[in-house]
Amino acid sequence: MDFLTIIQILDSTVRLATPLLLACLAGLFSERSGVFDIGLEGKMLAAAFLSAAVAAVTGNAWLGLCAGIFASVLMALLHGLASITFRGDQLISGVAINFLAAGLTVVIGQSWFALGGRTPSLIGGGRFPDITLPFADALAEVPVIGQIYSELISGHSILVYVAMAAVPLTWWVLYRTRFGLRLRAVGENPGAVDTAGISVVRLRYTAVIICGVLCGIAGSYLSTGLAAGFVKDMTAGRGFIALAALIFAKWRPWQALGACLLFGLLEAIGNRYQNIDILGATLPVQFMQALPYMLTVVILPGFVGKAIPPRAGGEAYVKER
Amino acid sequence: MKKMPKWADVLLIPAINLSLAFLISGLVIWAIGKDPWVAIKTMVQGSFGDSRGLGYTLYYTTNFIFTGLAVAVASHARLFNIGGEGQATVGGLGVALVCLAVPWPHWTLALPAAILGGALFGAAWAAIPAYLQAKRGSHIVITTIMFNFIAAALLGYLLVNVLKEPGNMAAETRSFPPGAHLPTFHEMLAPFGIDFNKNAPANISFLVALLCLIGFYVLIWKTRLGYAIRAFGQSESAAVYAGISPVKITIIAMLISGGLAGLMAINNVMGEAERLILNSVEGAGFIGIAVALMGRNHPVGVFLAALLFGFLYQGGAELALWESIPRELIVVIQGLVILLTGALDNMVRAPLEKLFLSFGKGEA
Amino acid sequence: MGRQETAAPAIELRGISKAFGPVQANKDISIKVAKGTIHGIIGENGAGKSTLMSILYGFYKADSGEILINGIPTAIPDSQAAISAGIGMVFQHFKLVENFTVLENIVLGAEDGSLLKPSLAKARKLLKQLSEEYELRVDPDARIENLSVGHQQRVEILKALYRKADILILDEPTGVLTPDEADHLFRILKGLKDEGKTIILITHKLREIMEVTDTVSVMRRGEMTATVKTSETSPEDLAERMVGRKVLLRVDKKPANPGRNVLEIKNLRVVDDKGVERVKGIDLTVRAGEIVGIAGVAGNGQSELLEVLGGYAKATGSVKLNGVELDLTGKHSDGKSRREKGIAHVPEDRHSEGLILDFQAWENVAFGYQDDPRYNRNAILMDNAAILKDTQEKMERFDVRPPNPRLAAKSFSGGNQQKIVLAREIERNPDLLLVGQPTRGVDIGAIEFIHQQIVALRDQGKAILLVSVELEEILGLADRIAVMFDGHIMGERLPHQTNEKELGLLMAGVNEGAA
Repeated sequence: MDFLTIIQILDSTVRLATPLLLACLAGLFSERSGVFDIGLEGKMLAAAFLSAAVAAVTGNAWLGLCAGIFASVLMALLHGLASITFRGDQLISGVAINFLAAGLTVVIGQSWFALGGRTPSLIGGGRFPDITLPFADALAEVPVIGQIYSELISGHSILVYVAMAAVPLTWWVLYRTRFGLRLRAVGENPGAVDTAGISVVRLRYTAVIICGVLCGIAGSYLSTGLAAGFVKDMTAGRGFIALAALIFAKWRPWQALGACLLFGLLEAIGNRYQNIDILGATLPVQFMQALPYMLTVVILPGFVGKAIPPRAGGEAYVKER
Repeated sequence: MKKMPKWADVLLIPAINLSLAFLISGLVIWAIGKDPWVAIKTMVQGSFGDSRGLGYTLYYTTNFIFTGLAVAVASHARLFNIGGEGQATVGGLGVALVCLAVPWPHWTLALPAAILGGALFGAAWAAIPAYLQAKRGSHIVITTIMFNFIAAALLGYLLVNVLKEPGNMAAETRSFPPGAHLPTFHEMLAPFGIDFNKNAPANISFLVALLCLIGFYVLIWKTRLGYAIRAFGQSESAAVYAGISPVKITIIAMLISGGLAGLMAINNVMGEAERLILNSVEGAGFIGIAVALMGRNHPVGVFLAALLFGFLYQGGAELALWESIPRELIVVIQGLVILLTGALDNMVRAPLEKLFLSFGKGEA
Repeated sequence: MGRQETAAPAIELRGISKAFGPVQANKDISIKVAKGTIHGIIGENGAGKSTLMSILYGFYKADSGEILINGIPTAIPDSQAAISAGIGMVFQHFKLVENFTVLENIVLGAEDGSLLKPSLAKARKLLKQLSEEYELRVDPDARIENLSVGHQQRVEILKALYRKADILILDEPTGVLTPDEADHLFRILKGLKDEGKTIILITHKLREIMEVTDTVSVMRRGEMTATVKTSETSPEDLAERMVGRKVLLRVDKKPANPGRNVLEIKNLRVVDDKGVERVKGIDLTVRAGEIVGIAGVAGNGQSELLEVLGGYAKATGSVKLNGVELDLTGKHSDGKSRREKGIAHVPEDRHSEGLILDFQAWENVAFGYQDDPRYNRNAILMDNAAILKDTQEKMERFDVRPPNPRLAAKSFSGGNQQKIVLAREIERNPDLLLVGQPTRGVDIGAIEFIHQQIVALRDQGKAILLVSVELEEILGLADRIAVMFDGHIMGERLPHQTNEKELGLLMAGVNEGAA
């Protein structure tokens, strides 16, 4: 395996980790506020569809992004309505949202484009182009550093850079701002927040909406950055992998980046080598597909230590009597 | 102290929830430019209009009874088993292995063996998440979701690389021996002079499902194990006080749950396809969630909800065929039912409770 | 400074009513609290005290009525409005974020600007001032979960002062404190009063009312039955007003006649999930025909002791029942084995342990005894009819009201719930009965009955281990008293040879005899 191959795999890792990372940070905001969200998958899917649909019709990826965010936030608000306002079961609400997205994207897609649930392929301005950073071409010939810069760091769509920037931003918001303090507090003890004169409901809705926005970007990236159009069920479990990454990271932003890069790497390797030979045994492609899930299940309780979610997570806030 | 009467809780609220779900579904159909009224007529006609439609409806119903009970039994222990899909997939593997292992002379021998195979494999697939929840505190929702994906990958691998018949292009096993053929409704009803459609897949598994409903009732409300499961589900700390082991109950409840999901395979794998194919579960595991929610984890409710979804499934197929509305419409309806009967339950319940309270005051 | 006599009271409530569903928690309540005084509100559990104060703090909305602050009608729709009106509240269950520092908790909701740093710096300075001024010292960088309850309470008070509260409400503040800590708290409250602050103290303890308040209101069943000057009333008078009839505060019982050793505990140690040692090597013996009372402030190892004996916490050391060693770690250290050996257990928290609130009464009567052959037809099926019949009889014997076995446990009052638990456990004819907080949240009428049942069981020659945080109950009921502090037994006393003061010192970890 030569250096360029490694760079290419890492390059593809970054691309594949981007939607995971955005969704993972989305989940971080929601779950830190005490609202569990297994509907990341559905929100991404809805965003992927609507952004591709709008981008296909208008030929403008940015309009597509806005539409994607809109779709995802709408779903997020539904989750908020169910789990915050009506104090329903957050897990059940998440499941419902995944089904709604899986069904509606195809039903509406078929009705609009009659392509069996797909959107037309995106061309030109309908996709987010790759950005070449300054001097990338000039430095391409410089060994190692130049290659890393021009192949790995340069040449991604704008949304990849957005995702990477979202990590320190999330950290800063969480630990350095008033909003972050309140967000962390409401996920631990909403009673403390309520009696301090802050609205629990408004705080949680804010978190859920932020979650919607980030999932919207994630979904839009899938269909207008990574791929060129929407196909049925194109999230393919990424929302759940993001959730696994969130647990791995124990709900912390930098660790989320690490976990998402790891899962992205696994996917990149799996994509590049269909069957991998190790010590004479062949690892089938299905093994690579299942690896992130197996890692989550096996490693989580064993090696990373117990991941303790925000204490008030999963439960609607009811003033105690 | 007037509270909401029981009939309102058991009947009225689900009825309102369901009507809302259908109303919104109707709006969706209308929004994609179709006539909801025609759609409903097509669905009812196609699923209850003749014995072919009915046979399909009851075939789907059978699947959903199994997966619905699987979710329900776990729910009584306050465990959210979202892994019915994977457990049914692996249950299918168990049934297929049993059916292929022996040249069965007659279905009366094959069926009990297949029941055992399906239930064991399904239970085994639930055992690891159960263990991790009970001993390691890994959340069962997360692990069962992960196990759904792992099951799909596992089955894909086995069908492509191990179980496929040489020379066959499709990823599927060879057909089961004729002795493993389960009697269909056509064959069962013919002796009574009833001419049930020959091609409808409803089979004797439906009766097994009905037995499971009764067994479920007895288990949950009449046995010591059921008592322990419910007690644990209501309050873990109280269960510990009473000497009920949380680890034991978590594992047993999940084994029963996985077993029920795995049992589904006698219907779809043994009764219908008569071979193991990829993605034979077709989302039935997830529909079990909606069925259990709507059925309030009670066998009567589960039966009615399974019947409803059987109708939706079969009706949805007819819609796709005649009205070119994608089958995914059913997924939308399923999502709406879960949302309204599960997560948004309070939206209907709270105002209704207030209403009954004010009635109560009026009487007093 | 000094006290300015203004005509308008600091707080005036007019005709406050509040219902939770079918339950009327407050009925047409009106009071006035003068500025710069300490006003007590006393009443039984469930009398509606906390609800009333939560309305004043904007935590609940009243159905009707009016609130006047310093004579000005003030709408208090939420806690924010209450804080702006100068009201601070220390809830019975503290409203602190456990994994935050003291400083973060104090700043939460009272930040200046959207960045944290300046807020925290400012709070640190002010906190230093406040804590010196009012003797409320606490480390600003300590995490709440590492603080003692006494210190956590200080943080709550500091929170209110940081928000410039002029009116301070404290809900049952001494429930978790030693008598010594409580005295310290009262000194602080008096200091605050001298500063001109108005304080409302909610409690069900008569002693505290007599000690610190200027005026007192009595609540009963959601209604305010009287408001009097503390100097013009007596504990007996207040108790009568609380309950509505003359009550016997003492338990009638004959002297104990103890026999053989039933329970022998040697060097028992319990380490909890977090690795903290909660019981640090105790020795204790309970004999047949006696009640041994464990006194102590909540959280000093009593609960863990009960859990070990009840079979659901692991421990090291030796526990013998009737001379036979009990399994403390292995397969037989569960509730089932303990019951089979003749230990019955009325747990401290009947809501989370003793009962399943959504189960019907008859299902709760079988609870813990679900394996009893009388309750089962065979190895698999239970005999529901037999359980129902047994429940019906138990309900009659223990005067449970309403005597309806099919009613869900949550529909019974606290006293009747406790009677169901007691009937279930006592009628097992155990050798040893463990009783935790038998009268917590129980109305006074039922308290008498419950005490009589416990004494009756003693008179049958059974051994009884009683854990209670109510000193009065321990003094009245126990034949021998052991005081627990920080996982140790500080000493044993006989009830007629000791008093509240001595026990209080032991509860605070001060052993004068040993010193």
